[in-house]
Amino acid sequence: MNKILLILKREYLTRVQKKSFIILTLLMPVIMAALMFLPAYFMSMNDEQQRTIAVYDGSSIFLGRLESTNLTAYKFIPKDEYVALKKDIKQSSYYALLIIEPNFLTTNTVQIASGNNIPYDLKSQIRDKIKSIIEKDKMAEAVRKTAIPDLEKIIESTKTHIKLDTIKVGSNGDSQKSSTEIGMILGYIFGFMIYMFIFLYGTMVMQGVMEEKQSRIVEVIISSVKPFQLMMGKIIGIALVGLTQFALWVVLGIAIFGFSKNFYPDHSKKQQIQSVMEQQQDIMQQDSPEPQLDKMQEIISMTDTVNFPLIIGCFIFFFIGGYFLYSSMFAAVGSAIDAQEDAQQFMLPISLPIILSIMVMMSALKNPEGSMAFWFSMIPFTSPIVMMSRIPFGVPAWQLILSMVLLVVTFVGMVWVTARIYRTGILMYGKKPSWREIGKWLTYKS
Amino acid sequence: MELFSANDVSKTYASQQALTNVSISVEQGTIFGLLGPNGAGKTTLIRIINQITAPDSGSVNFEGRPLKSSDISQIGYLPEERGLYKKMKVGEQALYLGQLKGLSRHDAMKELKMWFEKFEITAWWDKKVMELSKGMQQKVQFICTVLHKPQLLIFDEPFSGFDPINADLITQEILRLKNEGATIIFSTHNMESVEQLCDHIALIDKSKKILDGPTTQIREKFKTNTFDISYRGALNVDDAYFAAKYKILSHEQNGHGNKLHVQNLHDGTSQELIKDLVNQVEIISFYEVIPSMNEVFIKVVKQNS
Repeated sequence: MNKILLILKREYLTRVQKKSFIILTLLMPVIMAALMFLPAYFMSMNDEQQRTIAVYDGSSIFLGRLESTNLTAYKFIPKDEYVALKKDIKQSSYYALLIIEPNFLTTNTVQIASGNNIPYDLKSQIRDKIKSIIEKDKMAEAVRKTAIPDLEKIIESTKTHIKLDTIKVGSNGDSQKSSTEIGMILGYIFGFMIYMFIFLYGTMVMQGVMEEKQSRIVEVIISSVKPFQLMMGKIIGIALVGLTQFALWVVLGIAIFGFSKNFYPDHSKKQQIQSVMEQQQDIMQQDSPEPQLDKMQEIISMTDTVNFPLIIGCFIFFFIGGYFLYSSMFAAVGSAIDAQEDAQQFMLPISLPIILSIMVMMSALKNPEGSMAFWFSMIPFTSPIVMMSRIPFGVPAWQLILSMVLLVVTFVGMVWVTARIYRTGILMYGKKPSWREIGKWLTYKS
Repeated sequence: MELFSANDVSKTYASQQALTNVSISVEQGTIFGLLGPNGAGKTTLIRIINQITAPDSGSVNFEGRPLKSSDISQIGYLPEERGLYKKMKVGEQALYLGQLKGLSRHDAMKELKMWFEKFEITAWWDKKVMELSKGMQQKVQFICTVLHKPQLLIFDEPFSGFDPINADLITQEILRLKNEGATIIFSTHNMESVEQLCDHIALIDKSKKILDGPTTQIREKFKTNTFDISYRGALNVDDAYFAAKYKILSHEQNGHGNKLHVQNLHDGTSQELIKDLVNQVEIISFYEVIPSMNEVFIKVVKQNS
């Protein structure tokens, strides 16, 4: 036991002290945060160009009513200048020419002519301005015509924003607000993280075994410790590396979240983000009045109803279970081969169920109670990923426990089998073994 | 006193018999040479001693009782296929290997300091293994093998990769360890070092032990009653009397250094030959040719095939 501790200490420390580990661990949350915030940030700072736009208003509705902003100036021009300008807008000092035809009220169409590609922001700015002026005019007209007092307020009050709350009803009748969106996001994140960790750390185990075999230190070591101790020390040591990384990410994630919260109340930034979000929404759904921020708030408030301790606990369990199951197989592969090139053939049958899990996970996220999601979350080779993706939606306790028990039983059996392959494989040099030979190794007396 | 013995040990791998009823007995404080051609089964026997693998049948004793797993702290093994973690620092790695053998960190540190000073390699402590030459790495490995002061040391080709100066240094260390009471099993293809170091040898070929005994006795046993003589004077050996008793292997007569290489077919003794020679010439030197271990090895293995 003491020796397993020595081994896992070495495995752990040599990896955690590596530069690549430190860099990846620190950079990952930063990259994640950047992926989430940068697009919004870029959108908020893109347009800094000073522009003057010539406006020809044939309808005379807008004369003097298009207010210049600090970046964009509107200059109304008479008809003769417009005719001249229309011919060579490229040569003129104007950025663009906005044409409002006399029949605007019937067509509801304006044109903008320019030698440049007009940015999306500018287009929507112009559209919004014209829209609000015209709506104001129509509203005033309606108020005047109908003579209903407070008509404006009445119309405003007819705009209704519908919220759809999903209520999850438990077997004993208690209900809880739940969110399908949150479930999908969390299920995806955690399922994917298990997938990533199994691959990342499983191959790390394989590399470690191969390193010992290739450098020929393995025989020195197993004259001091049992091969099983060496294998378990390595597997556990690397699992701890993974958990350390995960813990650091959680801590860094909370720190970044806290930091960005601090940074949120800054008024101008908030407005910027708000305006960016509105623009984004504009792109997606032109006429929905529901502000995105409301939705964000709803999602954030929903996260309070998510059972994070359960999810984190299950994550650690399924990470460890799935990792043990697969890393012991990776260790066996590493022990059986001499060269990296041979790894492919033996890795394929191990990788297939992992990749299958990710595919099943995608459909399980859409239908977490379906029979496919159920069966694949019971089969131990796919359950770590598939079950993890179902947990945020809520899984019956018996299913969770059954899945966990099956996983534990399988990994214990798998460790037993792979340890037998391992202890023979690490001392075999020379030709690449066949599956049959590996099968025979199982029967050797240790 | 016997420190270690293997009795009727057999081991079979899937298609191949690695050891067939092999027995050896190693006396405390001696150097035991384990010889044999490649693939004869030496490594399997060594792995059985190290409990890396278990015999199919037969028993293995240590200090007069069956070998048990805690005995690995009493054994130091330098395998033929050996290496170190390339990216780990030398000192850290030596400490780790010492601790795996059951030393406390503190004791391992103390012993390592002593050895590193003795081999004048203290400057290597913080270097990565990959920065060292092969010979340097071998030195570190030798230290790691003997660090925990085991009773039984097993060296498999300990001199490979060493220049003559360092090979001599290691030879002296092995002899010193023996004088301090360690028992050593020594496996090599270098027969000169077997003659120099081994008190006792066993030769394994095709999974079976085919030769076993004290080194001097074995060489004695393989002698062919051949003698090397140098003499002054004129010697005539071309008569019927001589031809009946002796076989002349070579004879040089060139005035100053006359040499005769001859085999006594009659009774094999030196007295007979001397008697027949002193009548004719003055003998300057006379000695019996004892076969080298190299010759014994080749002869025995060839006979066995």
